Amino acid sequence: MTAAGNPAFNAAARPLGGGRRLPLTWLGVVPFFIYVGIFLLLPTAIILAGSLIGPDGSISLSNFEGINKPYMYKSFTNSIEISTISAVLGAIFGALLAYAVATGDPKGFLRRSVMSAAGVVAQFGGVTLTFAFVATIGTEGFVYLWLQQHGIEMYPNGVWFFDLPGLTLIYLYFQIPLMVLVFIPALDGIRPQWREATESLGGNAWHYWRYVAGPLLFPSFLGCTLLLFANAFSAYATAAALLTQGGVIAPLQVQALLTSETGSSAPGLAKALALAMVAVVLVVMSLYALLQRRTSQWLR
Amino acid sequence: MDALVKAAKAEGKLTVIALPPDWANYGAVISGFKAKYNIDITSLNPNGSSQDEVNAFDGTSRAPDVVDVGQAVALANTAKFAPYQVKEWSDIPGGAKESTGLWFNDYGGYMGIGYDSTKVPAITSVQDLLGSAFKSKVALAGDPTKSNQGLNGVIMASVANGGSLDDVSKGVDFFKQLKQKGNYVPVVGTAATVKSGQTPVLFEWDYLSASHGKDVPTWKIFVPSNAVIGGYYSQAINKQAPHPAAARLWEEYLYSDEGQNLWLKGGARPVRQAAMTASGTVDKTAAAALPAVPGTPQVPSGDQTSKASQYVVANWSAAVA
Repeated sequence: MTAAGNPAFNAAARPLGGGRRLPLTWLGVVPFFIYVGIFLLLPTAIILAGSLIGPDGSISLSNFEGINKPYMYKSFTNSIEISTISAVLGAIFGALLAYAVATGDPKGFLRRSVMSAAGVVAQFGGVTLTFAFVATIGTEGFVYLWLQQHGIEMYPNGVWFFDLPGLTLIYLYFQIPLMVLVFIPALDGIRPQWREATESLGGNAWHYWRYVAGPLLFPSFLGCTLLLFANAFSAYATAAALLTQGGVIAPLQVQALLTSETGSSAPGLAKALALAMVAVVLVVMSLYALLQRRTSQWLR
Repeated sequence: MDALVKAAKAEGKLTVIALPPDWANYGAVISGFKAKYNIDITSLNPNGSSQDEVNAFDGTSRAPDVVDVGQAVALANTAKFAPYQVKEWSDIPGGAKESTGLWFNDYGGYMGIGYDSTKVPAITSVQDLLGSAFKSKVALAGDPTKSNQGLNGVIMASVANGGSLDDVSKGVDFFKQLKQKGNYVPVVGTAATVKSGQTPVLFEWDYLSASHGKDVPTWKIFVPSNAVIGGYYSQAINKQAPHPAAARLWEEYLYSDEGQNLWLKGGARPVRQAAMTASGTVDKTAAAALPAVPGTPQVPSGDQTSKASQYVVANWSAAVA
C-alpha cells in the first residue's frame, strides 16, 4: 500500500514499464471491499446508530430496555430453538450422507449427482421454497389431499405445518445439503492410510473412530453445525412467507416492529433487536472460525 | 377546480401506495382517474401496510403523493401530512376528519366473518367457530400484531365474547381456544387463500369479504349482531408530495360522487354516503347490495386501538404459537 500511495510519482518516473513493479494486486479486491462496505458494514452501522435513537429522538439506551419483555424474549428463544434443532438435525443427517458419499467412488455417479443436487438445493430457499412446501403438504397441498382421500389425516391435532415445527421441516430442506457441501472437504481429508495404521496396530473400528477419525472430524463437525445455526438464524424470507401472523421468531418480530399499522411501530426497537441478532451471529461465526482453524491443522 | 386540473395535468403523474386492485374497488378507481384526467398513476407495493405507506415518505420523487391509512397511523403521522379540504368537505361528519384537513375518513365497513357455505355450516354466532365442523378452517385477514384489519378481527371476537372496545383480552382468549381446538389456521387470508380453499372461514372487513364472491360463489358473510365493529380508513396527502396538484386532484376525484360510488360498488361504505343518499346521487343498486347490519355499530377510537394493539402485541404469540 505504501508504494500504491504514490502512483502519480511512479507513473511519472516510468510511464510505461514501471507498472510492473507497482504492487497492484490489491486492486483486485477493491470491488470486494466496496461490496462488503455497502452491503454489510454500512447496514450494520445504520442499525447500530438507529438502535441508539429513542422514540423521542434523543440518544439513549431505552430501545435495549424495550427488548426486556416476555414476548421479545420468546421470539428470540424461538429463533434460537428452531435454529439449533434444524442445525443439529441437519448436521447429523448431512454428515451421514456426506460420509456415504465420501467413502464411495470419488468419480462415481453417486458422488457427482449428490454433490450437484446439494449445490442446487442448499441455495433453494425463501418464498419459492415455502410455496413448494405449501403446495405439497399445506392444507390444500396435493400430498395432503391425496392422503386425506385415502383416509389419512396428516394433521389430526391441528395444523402444525404453519408453526415452528413446519418451519423446522422446511429449513432442513436446505440445511442437510449445506452440511454435505461444507463437511465433505473434512471427510476427504481423512486418509485411508490412517485407518490401515490403526488396524495394523491392533485397533478395531471403535478405536479408529474414538481416537483417530472422531477427534479429527469433531471440530469440523461442530464448526459446520455452527454455520448451519447461523444460516437458519438469519433466514427471513422463508419464515416470513410461512408464518404470516405474529412476531414468532426474531426476524419476524423486527418486521412487525417496522411495519405495524396499529400504533406499535418502533423502528428504534426493531434496530436494537436486529443488533442483538447481529451479536448472536457474530459470536457463532467467531466460534466457527476458531474451530475451522483448528480443523485445518490436520485435514488438508 | 379548473386551475387544479391544469396544474395536475402539467405534472402528469401521481404515485399511490398500498392499494390492492380488489380492495374497495381500487382497480376501477385508479383506471377511472387515469381515463378522466389522462394522468399516469404509479401504484407502489399494493399489499403494503399503512405503516409501509408513511415509511415510504422519503423525500424523493418516488415517494407516494397520497396515502390511504388506518386510524392509528393517521393520528401518529399528522406532522408528515399537508392539510387539504376537498370540495365536499362539509359532507364529511365532524368526527371523521381532522379539522384543518390533515386527514379525513374515506370509506369504511364492518368486521365480518366470511365463509364458504359448502365447506362449513351456516354461522349464527362467533362461538359457533369453536365447533368440530371448523377444524383447520378459521383465519384472520391480517396479522393482529401489526395489521389494522387483523386487530379489528380480534376486537370483534372480544366484543362478541363479553369483552369491549377497551378490553381486547377476551378476543385473544377466543383465538387461543380456537388454536387449542385445532380450528385456527395461522395464515393471513387473502383472495388467493380463499380461492384455493386454505381459509374457508375468514375474519375480514365486510366490503373486502364481499369481493370473494366472484371466486367462491357460495361465499357468505356473517356480521354478529352483538359485535358490529366499524372501521374507517383515512386519506392524507404527503407534505412533500412530488406531485402536489395531482395529489389534490386525486382527493377531489375520490370524494366526487363518481369516486364515492366506485367505492360503494366495491362494497365499502363511502364517508359521503349519508349526504349522497339525501341528495339522491348515491348508486342505489350498489347501496342495496351492501350486507345488512343487524346491530349498533361500535367504532374503536385511536386511543382504544392503540391500547388493544399493545395488549395483542404482548400476548398474541403466547396465545396462538
